[in-house]
Amino acid sequence: MAERCAVIGVGQTHHKAKREDVSIAGLVREAAAMAVADAELGWPDIDAVVIGKAPDMFEGNMMPELYLAPALGAVGKPMIRVHTAGSVGGSTAIVAAHLVASGIHKRVLTVAYEKQSDSDAMWALSVPQPFAAPLLAGAGGYFAPHIRAYMRRSGAPDHIGRMVAVKDRQNALRNPFAHLHLPDISMEMVEESMMLWDPLRYLEACPSSDGAAAMVLAAEDAVSGRFPPAWVHGLAMRSEPTMFAGRDQVNPRAGRDCSADVYSQAGITDPRSQLDVAEVYVPFSWYEPMWLENLGFCELGEGWKLTEAGATAFEGDIPWNTSGGVLSSNPIGASGMLRFLEVAMQVRGQAGEHQVDGARLALGQAYGGGSQFFSMWVVGADRP
Amino acid sequence: MSSPENPPSGSAPRRRPVRPVSIASFAQARNVRQDDHHNEVEMLMPVIAEAFGSISITKDDVDFICSGSTDYLIGGPFSFVMALDAVGVWPPRAESHVEMDAAWALYEAWVLLQEGAADAALVYGFGRSSLGDLNEILALQLDPYYLAPLWPDPVSLAALQARALIDAGRATEADFAAIAARSRKDALSNPNAQVAKDVVASTLMEEAYVVSPLRRHALPPITDGAAAIVLAAGEKAHQWSDDPVWITGFDHRIETHSLGARDLTVSPSTSTAAARAGLFEAPVDVAEIHAPYAHQELIVKEALALGDSVVINPSGGALAANPIMSAGLIRVGEAAARIASGEAHRAVAHATSGPCLQQNLVCVMEGA
Repeated sequence: MAERCAVIGVGQTHHKAKREDVSIAGLVREAAAMAVADAELGWPDIDAVVIGKAPDMFEGNMMPELYLAPALGAVGKPMIRVHTAGSVGGSTAIVAAHLVASGIHKRVLTVAYEKQSDSDAMWALSVPQPFAAPLLAGAGGYFAPHIRAYMRRSGAPDHIGRMVAVKDRQNALRNPFAHLHLPDISMEMVEESMMLWDPLRYLEACPSSDGAAAMVLAAEDAVSGRFPPAWVHGLAMRSEPTMFAGRDQVNPRAGRDCSADVYSQAGITDPRSQLDVAEVYVPFSWYEPMWLENLGFCELGEGWKLTEAGATAFEGDIPWNTSGGVLSSNPIGASGMLRFLEVAMQVRGQAGEHQVDGARLALGQAYGGGSQFFSMWVVGADRP
Repeated sequence: MSSPENPPSGSAPRRRPVRPVSIASFAQARNVRQDDHHNEVEMLMPVIAEAFGSISITKDDVDFICSGSTDYLIGGPFSFVMALDAVGVWPPRAESHVEMDAAWALYEAWVLLQEGAADAALVYGFGRSSLGDLNEILALQLDPYYLAPLWPDPVSLAALQARALIDAGRATEADFAAIAARSRKDALSNPNAQVAKDVVASTLMEEAYVVSPLRRHALPPITDGAAAIVLAAGEKAHQWSDDPVWITGFDHRIETHSLGARDLTVSPSTSTAAARAGLFEAPVDVAEIHAPYAHQELIVKEALALGDSVVINPSGGALAANPIMSAGLIRVGEAAARIASGEAHRAVAHATSGPCLQQNLVCVMEGA
């Protein structure tokens, strides 16, 4: 029988293009120490550490958790390293939550990071492999055709992507940890930025960031912390094959199945009305309307209309990416965990300037690879 | 026989599983120096087919999948992504991956089965060590600021550990040769082994040093390989086997990365994991130890408090085949196979990761 599990501490770094003031160990410790302090615990209180990051080649360290064990207080404890592509930050939190829900541990520290300035993600993604299509244009080049397909299917007008780019950067102005703070952001500014992968312009793409995220998860009888716990109401992962004839990369079934599983665990039948806030992995602007549909916030083809009507804006009925999202901070391995972390902050009431009033139930989502890997959780202020 | 009344230092309270979970099946590829004819998917497909086929199930009968691999063997990002095609996850499946030996993937799956979040799981690991230069690749596991730039290779680091053991008066080079000779001989009865030979220790002692005090026989072979295990809980465990092999304890621990801060002649993380897994509560008949270097078997054997009557590495162990990222998982499978065959009633499997036994996992299994 599963034990209840809650987020009792959160921490994150100031995300920047280059964190030259810290080593990788210093970066992860900064976020982890903040999470442990937020839980009002000390390092000895932590039973196990679960760490995640995107491909090791992004920094050039093989299985870096070995080197990071002492920096995270893991010596003498169990340490697990998760890697599930871009969804890894979410998957890492999910593995940690299972360690608590199974009754094996009382308090688990989970950490995710990327120090993109140590290497070049575009290069690391572009290593030629036998019998595989080269990804020489990076992730944006991979996703741009799927965005085109979405625009054609839904009849969405061109300006929707720009609206998302502006909205998320406006939200980032409320978040002191966000990488991009662009006070002058406007539709015109996005439109005037360089075209990278048609239809995606420079300001419609995520930045490259150094950063880390951390959370302390605890069993019901081990709850502590400066803020009330964020209870886990549901969590799930889903994967589907990378390529086969008939795979819908615009609206992947793995995403739909994953959300159906999480909603079922959390008792959600109408996500738009029942959820108060959502943090969803939107590395390229158009993924907001695409995921609105994939996550069941509206009917197929209607996602862009929610964005256009301002439903997902900070003052809208279902705010999306109140932290500024991946479009404003993208330490790749940590980007998924930052989504999970932001919704925990929202239901704990600790989000400061980006706090949504009265947020009690929230969805965090991460995806990875060529949108074939998904991880999600729903957290709430009420005990499930 | 282990000595339950004298558990080694570093012991921790026993943690009992809340839900019985069995090793329902195990399969591995034939371990070879270089498999030029199959990519990772092609290596895995027959292994997974055998793991399912031997208990007459399909992928539809498992509700969780977890794998272990590392990108640095293939030399490109996301090596696990295409490997998933060996399973064929359509419709989409609950699936996860660790950048660790698949023994830790087994642990992650076991946790979900403990929780009741899944009832059966497929776990697999794979790696082709032949694709690159392991001495260069494994140097990248080290501290990227202070150690990796010096490119210390794993053999040299293991040699430091072996030298410390000799200096402590706890082993001789002849002991290493004796372990290698036993391993090679035992491997003759393992059809999947890569290095198998009837050879006496004194002959092995004539080999030249690779890095003193380690001669060639004390080093693991370079291996391409893959393995898979199916875990089952509850009714499924009984459906898929008349005499299930139960996991009665499972734990893993890590030590500091800084080699200078460790006593390399002992393995406290192994002892802690063993205590948590309940190893010291009763004797075991068989131990499968993941000791890529001969001297490491002595260190782990002591950490597990194994007496001389315990049969160690009847498969030949990692000295007979060391497929990186699945060699640890294979130890669990080989130990379970001894229980399934009736040769053992209680067995322990060990897996390791990192330089000089930095991270260790212990899985205790029993027959019905």
